[in-house]
Amino acid sequence: MREEWTNFAGGKWESDIDVRDFIQRNYTPYDGDQSFLEGPTEATDKLWGELKELQKEERAKGGVLDMETEVVSGITAYGAAYLDKDLEKVVGLQTDKPLKRAFMPYGGIKMAEQSCQMYGYTPSPKLHEIFTKYHKTHNQGVFDIYTPEMKLARHNKILTGLPDTYGRGRIVGDYRRVALYGIDRLIEGKKEDFAETNRQGMRRGDFQLREEIADQIRALNDMKEMALSYGFDISQPAKNAAEAVQWLYFGYLAAIKTQNGAAMSVGRVSTFLDIYIERDLENGTLTESQAQELVDHFVMKCRMVKFARIESYNQLFSGDPVWATLEVAGLGMDGRSMVTKNDYRFLHTLENMGPSPEPNLTVLYSSRLPENFKKYAAHISVTTSSIQYENDDVMRPVWGDDYSICCCVSATQTGKEIQFFGARANLAKCLLYAINGGVDEKTKMQVGPEYTPITSEYLDYDEVIKKYDTMMDWLAHLYVGTLNMIHYMHDKYYYEAAEMALIDTDVRRTFATGIAGFSHVVDSLSAIKYAKVKVIRDEDGIAVDFETEGDFPRYGNNDERADKIAVDLLKTFMAKLKYCHTYRDSEPTTSILTITSNVVYGKATGSLPDGRKAGEPLSPGANPSYGAEQNGLLASLNSVAKLPYEYALDGISNTQTINPGALGHNDDERVDNLVNVMDGYFDQGAHHLNVNVFGTEKLIDAMEHPEKEEYANFTIRVSGYAVKFIDLTREQQLDVIARTCHDRM
Amino acid sequence: MSDNAVKGFVHSIETFGSVDGPGVRFVVFLSGCAMRCQFCHNPDTWKHDENTVEYTADELLNKALAYRPYWKSKGGITVSGGEPLLQIDFLLDLFKKAKKQGVNTCIDTSANPFTTKEPFYSKWKELMEYTDLLLLDIKHIDNEQHKILTGQPNTNILEMARQLSDMGKPVWIRHVLVPERNDKDEYLFRLADFIHSLKNVERVEVLPYHTLGVYKWKALGYDYPLEGIEPPTKERVKNAEMILNGEKTRE
Repeated sequence: MREEWTNFAGGKWESDIDVRDFIQRNYTPYDGDQSFLEGPTEATDKLWGELKELQKEERAKGGVLDMETEVVSGITAYGAAYLDKDLEKVVGLQTDKPLKRAFMPYGGIKMAEQSCQMYGYTPSPKLHEIFTKYHKTHNQGVFDIYTPEMKLARHNKILTGLPDTYGRGRIVGDYRRVALYGIDRLIEGKKEDFAETNRQGMRRGDFQLREEIADQIRALNDMKEMALSYGFDISQPAKNAAEAVQWLYFGYLAAIKTQNGAAMSVGRVSTFLDIYIERDLENGTLTESQAQELVDHFVMKCRMVKFARIESYNQLFSGDPVWATLEVAGLGMDGRSMVTKNDYRFLHTLENMGPSPEPNLTVLYSSRLPENFKKYAAHISVTTSSIQYENDDVMRPVWGDDYSICCCVSATQTGKEIQFFGARANLAKCLLYAINGGVDEKTKMQVGPEYTPITSEYLDYDEVIKKYDTMMDWLAHLYVGTLNMIHYMHDKYYYEAAEMALIDTDVRRTFATGIAGFSHVVDSLSAIKYAKVKVIRDEDGIAVDFETEGDFPRYGNNDERADKIAVDLLKTFMAKLKYCHTYRDSEPTTSILTITSNVVYGKATGSLPDGRKAGEPLSPGANPSYGAEQNGLLASLNSVAKLPYEYALDGISNTQTINPGALGHNDDERVDNLVNVMDGYFDQGAHHLNVNVFGTEKLIDAMEHPEKEEYANFTIRVSGYAVKFIDLTREQQLDVIARTCHDRM
Repeated sequence: MSDNAVKGFVHSIETFGSVDGPGVRFVVFLSGCAMRCQFCHNPDTWKHDENTVEYTADELLNKALAYRPYWKSKGGITVSGGEPLLQIDFLLDLFKKAKKQGVNTCIDTSANPFTTKEPFYSKWKELMEYTDLLLLDIKHIDNEQHKILTGQPNTNILEMARQLSDMGKPVWIRHVLVPERNDKDEYLFRLADFIHSLKNVERVEVLPYHTLGVYKWKALGYDYPLEGIEPPTKERVKNAEMILNGEKTRE
């Protein structure tokens, strides 16, 4: 055994690159409580204080502290840079200064330039020349080949948030490999893979793969060079916990220096790192306080990830999120809990350094997790509202026990799988297209196929369903076709060499799509079925409003009539997606997840039969519509829990806000009750839950008085991520406030 | 299920009750109440109206059982109101069936319908066999003041509390603290004396009067009798909690 691996239990992982095998053979489950945890060290306090000052300055300057205008970002584009060299236990910055945003033109030069100009920076004319005259970008590639129909659908926002102007993200390198194996061993592996592609009669796909592997090897060499500039030789495995954290972070740093994807997840690193920490604790070379310090400093780095964004992006994904998603807990395939002391340490960072939206801390939940840990996580939710929960019991059978969350909520097997991210199709708008014969209700353009519109005064359920079904056929086909082009061009012009270098060459690919407007379609169909819906048409004969007479069941009340419509809708759309050919034979999946884009999507969507008026925000993710929930939190949760995860493997996001007073009399009760809520929800097969614990009055006060110190890091969970509330646009703040806060008098 | 099963008149349902008894609870608000408490925040539950839904015990229990996964060891069903004891036949049917399923049962009551007269008394005694916990609201310890505050005397209410004590049935005493009505120390000490004479009190809760239900009075066309009275200060709430929990005694 290699010297760096002394005291580790050996196995297949020694000869093959197999981090999971290493973890399973070496981790120490922990079912005790949080009493072992240590507070922040002096260095942590000081360092975090300095970072907070920079964050304050950043906010004062309108959201951006500094931007690069001369240098194209890359793994070795900058030399070593520090926040505070003497204090940092984990080093490495994206650029030459903390919080300074890199210039990343490969996704699209226009966007890179716009984001600079938005904040008063002027990008170098030379870079403009290079990326317009001499080097094509992903964005240009996509627009070169889009069909007129695709452009029209995009313009009318029935397809929306497409990753054609920015990095697609959602690819999680197995950054742990850097620590466990060192870069040289990884290069060796990639070289073997490269040799294996030298097949008889190579053709286009083989060429592509060979070029990709060559790029990956280049990226690995660059990582070594980057680490050397900080004084670390990462060619060999990490020898101790401090090195393991540092090596792993260098891997991640390479990714965020080269890609500005919507989501740049860190992955499932906690249990892995615990193995190194345990070994050091055991041999007396590390104390608990030092272990916590390592985790705190690593997390601080995740809190510092920045990308240059354009205005329209900020409206979609408000509050500057990067989805540095990081998982804790879960169970192993053998039934053992994978909770380690390190899972506590990561959650504890929210106590040591206060609440924060990043990293996007995710608890892989099961009612079979140790009770102590469930309670600690619930305690952190009650006090910080900064973490999300995902059901390990539904994900483990699909993805195994070493998956990472690659964006907000979607799982991918770490190091073995990637996801092609595909934004959303607006199914609510699609329903209006079905009624209006493919004409957009806002722009009056003929966007969809010119099918016969519905002309009756009152909507007939069977007729609507029939027309909706054919309109969804069109949409699914167009949607997948559009994404195929996007991913082809992204691979060509903005390939994720650094992340892919840390993933198996023989990679599985999923093809993620998404649904927006879910609850509104369900309630609209229910209204048409169970009440009477009269159509209000304008002078062009376009349905612009609806009058609904009578009551109808709504999704979010555990009412089988509405909930069945919800399940059918999901299954129907998923079946249509599966029918389409996908790029690189990836496996189609879908999500019911809108992130904060529900506000922007809503603006572009006309009135609906469920009573939602034109321009009002759509309900986020799989959440029931505003005001629909008449029977309290659990009825709402039960409705969402009925959506079958196997039909939405990309995730079913649900965000709930509970008033502390309605959760229990005191913190002990709140913790117990929250654990009961999550046990009950997830035991029924639900996928995801964002938990917020605060009252509306706090939100209103934070909106009115963002300058108050207590709100500087006031973090809330929104659909798919966490965000500092004061960083949301006012529109989105109002939307969050308007949403049901589960409260009772 | 027989056709002549007694129906319950239900005002509304809250699937996630976490402050109306132990654990996570399915809370049923029955409609109908004879008390006219000046501070009532749910005057819309006083009478049956067009929103009242009729349920048989089986129907309601089935609805409740959908939330069993959330209850774990402590949670269950709480029947509140309105005044649940006004629908004692329905309540008895519901709790008998709930107990058969092993569900924890709790009643949130003002005890106002309580009487030792028949047929109520026998039914009540039987109901207690199927009830795990009572949340008993004592609005005012002074009978005359009680009449002013609620329109009803408190003698039978205190009697029920004593009988529950005798049978050892667990209760949580609840007291809505209303400035200018019941938050004088004198009243609070008398109430504390009474509570301490009981042997079955597991918890005493002070609920600060709030004005969130005032709009309902106006919507129903009633004059709001506590107009101008503000919710109690934190200090007064703390004071009441200390007195009622025996942490502060008469000097």
